[in-house]
Amino acid sequence: MRALRLVSQSLLPFVAGLAVLSMISKGLSGSWAIVLMVAGINIILAVSLNVVNGFTGQFSIGHAGFMAVGAYTAAKITMALRFVQIAGISSDASDQLFFLLALVAGMVAAAVAGLLVGAPSLRLRGDYLAIVTLGFNEIIRVIIENTPFLGQATGISGLPRLTNFVWVGMGVVATVVMAKRLAESTHGRALLAIREDEIAAEAMGVDTTSYKVRAFVIASAFAGLAGGLLVHLIQLCTPRSFTFIKSFEVVVMVVLGGMGSVTGSILAALVLSLALEGLREVQEFRMVMYALLLIVLMLTRPTGIFGTREIWDILPKWGRHRAQGAAGGSP
Amino acid sequence: MTEFLQHLVNGISVGTIYALIALGYTMVYGVLKLINFAHGDVYMVGAFVGLYLANAMGVEENPTIGKAVVIFVGSMMICGALGVVIERFAYRPLRQRPRLTSLITAIGVSLLLEFGFQLPSIPHLGIPFPPGPTPRFFPEIFTRVAWEPAGVHISNYDIVSFFLAVGLMLALQYVVYRTKFGTSMRAVSFDAQVAGLMGVNVNRVIAYTFALGSSLAAAAALLFAGSRPRIDPLMGLNLGVKAFVAAVFGGIGNVPGAMVGGLALGLAEEYVSGYMVSSYRDGIAFALLIVVLLVRPAGLFGTFRPEKV
Repeated sequence: MRALRLVSQSLLPFVAGLAVLSMISKGLSGSWAIVLMVAGINIILAVSLNVVNGFTGQFSIGHAGFMAVGAYTAAKITMALRFVQIAGISSDASDQLFFLLALVAGMVAAAVAGLLVGAPSLRLRGDYLAIVTLGFNEIIRVIIENTPFLGQATGISGLPRLTNFVWVGMGVVATVVMAKRLAESTHGRALLAIREDEIAAEAMGVDTTSYKVRAFVIASAFAGLAGGLLVHLIQLCTPRSFTFIKSFEVVVMVVLGGMGSVTGSILAALVLSLALEGLREVQEFRMVMYALLLIVLMLTRPTGIFGTREIWDILPKWGRHRAQGAAGGSP
Repeated sequence: MTEFLQHLVNGISVGTIYALIALGYTMVYGVLKLINFAHGDVYMVGAFVGLYLANAMGVEENPTIGKAVVIFVGSMMICGALGVVIERFAYRPLRQRPRLTSLITAIGVSLLLEFGFQLPSIPHLGIPFPPGPTPRFFPEIFTRVAWEPAGVHISNYDIVSFFLAVGLMLALQYVVYRTKFGTSMRAVSFDAQVAGLMGVNVNRVIAYTFALGSSLAAAAALLFAGSRPRIDPLMGLNLGVKAFVAAVFGGIGNVPGAMVGGLALGLAEEYVSGYMVSSYRDGIAFALLIVVLLVRPAGLFGTFRPEKV
């Protein structure tokens, strides 16, 4: 039974996703594919940030910093292995394998950065994490701009275009499966307990610090994945892609969708990414609108669109029995 | 030795500015337990209000002491009012809600100021407001005189700024520890609910705290603009984080701690960037923050208060 659930919930999405995504990617035209890929990367960012800001109730506002760590690590690896080919397989397959290696390395590097930033600040209660992550985001920029190895302000250009629709789609599947599996695990229950009442959770024997740090490390790793995918899509890796503006964009997505709702984050990331595409002419008003959105949302509906619920918790009929079966009938 | 003294002068000059901004963070944190993210941006607004006032009075052509005083008082008053408005409309409605809600609102207000000020100017207003994203040049509000005793470069700006900052801090010290308002502020900081029951008007105390902190930020902005005259709408971002680090270092919620923290951070930045790696200057504050959080999260003068259940 356990094995069956593992297959159906953890492996099936990947296999089915791969098949469906390959089919869709054949029928996609150029510009639409790029818009969708950017949206997909934003979904990865929003869902992973939701693990920290939504599930755990902490507040990180430096997701782009971890993106940068992952992006530069991945970019450095693909640039180093650009002309190398594994013997015995086609050059295309070899590139794809190296890309997978680069992405995984980027995730690991981002996770390590997450540990270094999260461990000192998550020991404490309160809002320290917010200011530390904001600071980290700026520091990463300072470090990159002063390091010739990382290309300073101009960055690394001429990256091979390895990101395609299938890669982004699989990244989204991986992130969503991670978030859902996490939410339903013992670990996830501990995170929710910390969100609801940290003191009570501690009294119940939850090791709050280590759970918070682990959640933060996981989220950072997936931010690194998003960074790796992004730079191999735009074929350019500069500090400008990873400023605090990017971080706030992700925060707005999570807050708008509802902190703690995976489907809410997905929906908000999709809507905001597509809206952004439509609103290119009024770019300078974008951040002002985000700011007003945050303030008005907090004053009128601080839970965001979905709150902590998922989309099937509010849709009628066809999803109802599933929600009851899984979560014990929360309305 | 000359170099050492020069760094000392520069460090104190920057450190007093950090201290003035850190005071705003620490006071608001004291009464509300909230990191006022918009504080760094109130500082930025202070610089721009000063710029508009200076332009309106034609300071660039004919600077006088009287005009300088008007600029300081005007900018501090407008920023104080801005602080009260932010508190009234963005934080007060959320005071009973979970703290995360106020934190997100604070970030929203911060973004609104940063990017609202980057919008293109409204036509037919007489002054270029909002100022737009390009940096502006802050005029000299009084004539700069510089001396070089023993090879150390020191200007009247450094001296005025030092004494003004120290004067403001002493005034604040007097207000917090010797006046009735200060007593009620400390009472609210200790326990807002009980203070309210004892007849303290909590709302008014919090509003005044914001006014006080914000006007200090405006003063800091004008003093800082004297030595670094390029001002732009994002200038509060980095300085805000640094001043927050200074507040945490001194023990957040502790008024003398913020002053010591600010000076310590200013000196640390000067000496580390002067003698070791200058390009990572902006990273020093962050490294200090991590170290403080690891070693002594309560800060230098902070006391550990167990959380009540």
